Amino acid sequence: TQMTIRDALNSAMDEEMARDETVFIMGEEVAEYQGAYKITRGLLQKYGPKRVKDTPITEAGFTGIGVGAAFQGLRPIVEFMTFNFSMQAIDQIVNSAAKHHYMSSGAVTCPIVFRGANGAAAGVAAQHSQCFAAWYSSVPGLKVLAPYDSEDARGLLKAAIRDPDPVVFLENEILYGEPFPVDEAVLDKDFVVPIGKAKIMRSGSDITLVGFGKMVGYNLKAAELLEQEGISAEVLNLRSLKPIDRDAIAASVRKTHRVLSVEEGWPQSGVGSEIISIAIEECFDDLDAPPERVTGAEVPMPYAQNLEAAALPTVEHVVAAVKRMMGK
Amino acid sequence: MYRLRRMEISADMLYKAKQIRGFCHLYDGQEAVVVGMEAALEQSDSVITSYRDHAHFVGRGGTVLEVFAELMGRVEGASKGKGGSMHMYRRQANFFGGQGIVGAQVPLGAGLALAHQFRGDGGVAVTMYGDGAAQQGQIFESFNMAALWDLPCIFVCENNHYGMGTAEWRAAKSPAFYTRGGDTMPGMSCDGMDVLAVKQAFAFAKQYVLEKGPLILEMDTYRYHGHSMSDPGSTYRTRDEISGIRAKRDPIERVRQLLAANGLAESSELKAIEREVKGEIDGAIDDAKAARLPADEELWTNIWRAPLGATMRGIESSHKQRLPS
Repeated sequence: TQMTIRDALNSAMDEEMARDETVFIMGEEVAEYQGAYKITRGLLQKYGPKRVKDTPITEAGFTGIGVGAAFQGLRPIVEFMTFNFSMQAIDQIVNSAAKHHYMSSGAVTCPIVFRGANGAAAGVAAQHSQCFAAWYSSVPGLKVLAPYDSEDARGLLKAAIRDPDPVVFLENEILYGEPFPVDEAVLDKDFVVPIGKAKIMRSGSDITLVGFGKMVGYNLKAAELLEQEGISAEVLNLRSLKPIDRDAIAASVRKTHRVLSVEEGWPQSGVGSEIISIAIEECFDDLDAPPERVTGAEVPMPYAQNLEAAALPTVEHVVAAVKRMMGK
Repeated sequence: MYRLRRMEISADMLYKAKQIRGFCHLYDGQEAVVVGMEAALEQSDSVITSYRDHAHFVGRGGTVLEVFAELMGRVEGASKGKGGSMHMYRRQANFFGGQGIVGAQVPLGAGLALAHQFRGDGGVAVTMYGDGAAQQGQIFESFNMAALWDLPCIFVCENNHYGMGTAEWRAAKSPAFYTRGGDTMPGMSCDGMDVLAVKQAFAFAKQYVLEKGPLILEMDTYRYHGHSMSDPGSTYRTRDEISGIRAKRDPIERVRQLLAANGLAESSELKAIEREVKGEIDGAIDDAKAARLPADEELWTNIWRAPLGATMRGIESSHKQRLPS
């Protein structure tokens, strides 16, 4: 069966709302408009306005309200139209949601999901194109997930909604309409993907390509091209950026002896910086080449199509970096 | 009120004796607000406030020992030593702290109210902030949504007239904070130094918000201490102002005079209560000093409710901390 990311996310929320009546959705345009990207399509009709709540355009306020409702025992799903707007509310995510369990020595819990489109879309310029994976995944107390395919989207979102901690769930607008094959098990209403575990998407022996979200697809394509040139690349889908699966990264690097991190976000203090640090801290002696990273260029996202293209990594960049690392 | 007063004055001494670290914001002068409020609420109602939270914690049923132990970073403390002065919680009594980011507690409080409304449990949420926080944008966002959705939320502006060292008239174009709901919700101003007036106001407010939606209660009050321990509280206001309030409006003296004037208590009875409270406070200080520091392992607990066996990094790369699954 084929399923789009949109349907995967939509069915995950639908099933979890049916399963637990304390789950509700709030955000801009989630109800009557059916979602700015139609991720919440049909949920208002099924669950009513109490559980699918349109908010005014007021991120700091409605995010704080969601966190307060979670403190008091509900399980809100807060949709950001895109994560760019979550900057208005980052204090509520970091200082209110992430830290209360610790500050209260476990007395206060915050079961909430913050979800929405993250990173570069297409042609929307600097203020609507930023990746926040590195920002949120640096915070102890948050869990940060980034699905690649429909199996991830369904399984990780259902796991996030059931999880007792605050989860930042980073989607990608460009992938919403993309269909992916899913097997029967993924369609089960109790299908969940474990948080904190990376997945080997393709096994290989020469180099490990580490990525999350849309970049996993680039890495898979790059691996196909590299195979034709006799290079066997292992593709690791992080799935979870916090906690990050250090063991899986280290195990793969010990096997392949090379690691390349691929992300669309900026390089400095990025997810790739962390991947390389993990490789060096965990298995420096196993490395046959310096770890490298392919990232977005260190510029605000430009609008013009040619400039935008010049700011973002491609499959070709991945292939070229791998060949360089392999000395070919 | 006298208990809260003694507690805060003792905290001041402990701080000066270097028994308390970091920030410490004292509530003496404002006691009637918490005491009057709790006389009108149930513990099934939710309360959230700012960093000046010692009295609110005790008002929700916490002990003075738990306050002192928390201030001293002990495991017997309100948050087992992990929160400190600004972060005391009593979840079983629906007290959600203890919030260190000025104004951020206001949408959180509206969210507590949303949960009460969602469940239809008859509870209300009390969301407390000061006159300093009253200028924060997210407060107005919260007012709008609370009114839009008829949330059972009492927004309480504890106006002690100084946001840190900035007098209300230097921060607010209009310091009539009870009117800040504009055309979205009504507000009331109350003498926050009169514990009986406070109780009446909260009794009315609770009924009102359950029936009609949110309300602002402005409490006209005063803090005797500076903003925090680093503030002597005398550069931006006069000593005469402080002593004048103490002489004319002190909430404890007001009750003492009321009891005496109406023949409800002999001064010897009041003295006995005071002696008893002093003994309790002194005992709590001794017990807190004798209490244990948190075990080293506590550094790694409560990061998440479900830590999922995650590996966290310590200070050096050689330190990997495996959390329980």
